Amino acid sequence: MAEEHKNIDAVTGTATTGHEWDGLRELNTPLPRWWLWLFYITIVWSVGYWIVYPAWPLLTNSTQGVFGYHTRTALLEDLDALKQQRGPMMDKLASASLAEIVADPSLLDFARAQGRVAFADNCAPCHGAGGGGAKGYPNLNDDEWLWGGKLSDVEQTIRYGARAGDNKGRAGSMPAFGRDNILKPNEISAVADFVRSLSNLSTEPGVDLGLGKKVYADNCALCHGPDGKGNREMGAPNLTDKIWFYSSDKATIVQGIENGRGAVMPAWGGRLSEPTIKALTVYVHTFGGGEK
Amino acid sequence: MTAHATMSLEQPAPGAPALANLVKEAELGGEPPEDDIPLYAPRRKIYPQSVQGTFRNIKWAVLVVTLGIYYLLPFVRWDRGPNAPSQAILIDFPNRRFYFFFIELWPQEIYYLTGLLILAAIVLFLMNAVAGRIWCGYLCPQTVWTDLFFAIERFVEGDRREHMQRDVRKWTAGTYARKGLKHVLWLMVAWWTGGAWVLYFSDAPTLVKDLATGQAPLIAYAWIGILTVTTYSLAGHMREQVCLYMCPWPRIQAALTDEYALNVTYRYDRGEPRCSVKKGEQLRSQGQPVGDCIDCLQCVHVCPTGVDIRGGANLGCIQCGLCIDACDAIMSKLGRPTRLIAYDTDLNIKQRTEGKQPFYKLVRMRTALYAGIIVVVGGIMLYTLATRDSEGISVIHDRNPMYVRLSDGALRNGYTIRIVNKRLKYRDFIVSVDGLPSTLVDFVGLPPRADGRQLITVGPDQTKEVRVVVTDYSATPPPPSTSILFKLIDIDSGETAEMRDHFFGPG
Repeated sequence: MAEEHKNIDAVTGTATTGHEWDGLRELNTPLPRWWLWLFYITIVWSVGYWIVYPAWPLLTNSTQGVFGYHTRTALLEDLDALKQQRGPMMDKLASASLAEIVADPSLLDFARAQGRVAFADNCAPCHGAGGGGAKGYPNLNDDEWLWGGKLSDVEQTIRYGARAGDNKGRAGSMPAFGRDNILKPNEISAVADFVRSLSNLSTEPGVDLGLGKKVYADNCALCHGPDGKGNREMGAPNLTDKIWFYSSDKATIVQGIENGRGAVMPAWGGRLSEPTIKALTVYVHTFGGGEK
Repeated sequence: MTAHATMSLEQPAPGAPALANLVKEAELGGEPPEDDIPLYAPRRKIYPQSVQGTFRNIKWAVLVVTLGIYYLLPFVRWDRGPNAPSQAILIDFPNRRFYFFFIELWPQEIYYLTGLLILAAIVLFLMNAVAGRIWCGYLCPQTVWTDLFFAIERFVEGDRREHMQRDVRKWTAGTYARKGLKHVLWLMVAWWTGGAWVLYFSDAPTLVKDLATGQAPLIAYAWIGILTVTTYSLAGHMREQVCLYMCPWPRIQAALTDEYALNVTYRYDRGEPRCSVKKGEQLRSQGQPVGDCIDCLQCVHVCPTGVDIRGGANLGCIQCGLCIDACDAIMSKLGRPTRLIAYDTDLNIKQRTEGKQPFYKLVRMRTALYAGIIVVVGGIMLYTLATRDSEGISVIHDRNPMYVRLSDGALRNGYTIRIVNKRLKYRDFIVSVDGLPSTLVDFVGLPPRADGRQLITVGPDQTKEVRVVVTDYSATPPPPSTSILFKLIDIDSGETAEMRDHFFGPG
């Protein structure tokens, strides 16, 4: 457009678009040139982007891009780099025995750090974030161990599980004395009170503890021991201490005798790497309750 | 402020419809101007003329000292022994440390930065209360670098007159060559500005070597690039626009100042009515009043922001004092007294007009208050710095389980403690737990020594995390929560640190 054809606004000295609406005119102030150029450059840039990166969806796939970049391979590269970085300590962890790990402060720190993450990923859903346990899932912080609290015991339980069908796993469960008609209701009630009396808990008034003692000796002592101290071979808990796997109230004890107990822990042997199982063992052992 | 002060950015150019006049008209309630005035003021290119004098010398000195510090400080060495870097000032991001000569700060001591920022703000306020925008005129990086870029520009393209003539004439190859050379020099300064910046974040001699051989990390090159661009555009191209439109300080400054603050002031009581030397002689012979100002515009020509100081206190004025030097040179040549423009106040001009003595009131409520705050904040910082601990302990109670019942009925709580050793050597600590009648404390994984104590050794300038289990064997069960004290003791020096936490039970 030639200069003289432009409508110039007197006040601003800027050209108008030439349109008029009820006496209103619009100033012609186009986008700044630098802005437009940046805009064009981004368009050109995006074309380059299509070519080098995966971009256009196809029917079954997408364009792959000449750089061969893929977020998944990038992630795997990052993970490999991390493995590389941890390599020397991981090798040490893999080759050291449990006792050696616990004796070496830096290896212990490393194992506990590894163990913490593995525990949160695999164990925390049942045992709680800090191994605090829940009803039916043992607290791993205390000093009572159903299957033993030495490093080797803990490792075996983790590796082969409990009642999970593994030959080397922990086996032995509490029968359903009531449901299977082994004991009568009054016997169950009496033995439940007797069990409470083992750890000096109150018993129901007028209960026949003598009957309870007899029932215990005939049915329970085989696994839980004649004095109620339990048996780790069978995973039979100690009934004389202050720790209760389920609960110490009579109703819960009666329920256990009625229907039996048999909490299952999966075998982690094939699912976690060897160093991870070692790390988990050490981590659980150092919650505070580990036995020497 | 006095009515003399116009807040216009644009100085009324001779012959042009003056914005100030229009504003004045509007303020006086006269007829409003026929049409709206444009709200957009296009930029005028400023060609500041070189000048000699006291304030110019001060500015050169400040420029040399501040830039010298900035460019060379990373190379200053400071021996801290084998376990710490030997660079006097180093912001060590990978290791999360800040080194400043004999001071080493950890991330948790970042509040010293808060203190420094408070000090910086109040010092700025104090400067403002004493002598206006002394920061803007002499110390601000924008001013210092722009000054340096002006110097380069004058060196390559010549002083004001020469430069302006060359710009308006048809550009020759020589003009292009000069312009090109100027930009190359500017970019070199800008590049070195960015280069010096990254040296504060890594061992300077090593990084220089790595940068030269292309071995330095990408982030170093990226930051050099960023700061090259900002320096080149801010000091080379945007210049006074930064002060006029981008910087918040002029606005804040205007709200903080008072009538006693010294400002670069045109003493209009002495200067007006301004007229040329020849006309002045005529008028004088007729017995008419004549001012000292000969309207030579030297004060305007040397101004880096293009301000006419004779318009009064002005938003665009960064108060660098170069107009004082320019005016003094002219006054000396004319044999008239210098300091027609000087650091002064409008109040004093009024005093002189009324035949009274000018007065300078340095000690005022606000200067005293600012100085007081500086002393208090500085004192607190110095005190805390001098008495800070070189060791520390922090404790986190286990979240799950909150407490553990043991088979014999005892209660146990688990904690994770972190021990801090800020000294540059290995230190042995023991930790005691007080507050429970009968406790056993076990530091997991630390073998007991002959005396039964478990020693925690922490490496130089490091922290160590230890799991602690505390078992309470008291006959009566403790309340739901008992306050306990973890006490850290350095077994060699006896220095201690403490941290309170809680021992939980079922209650």
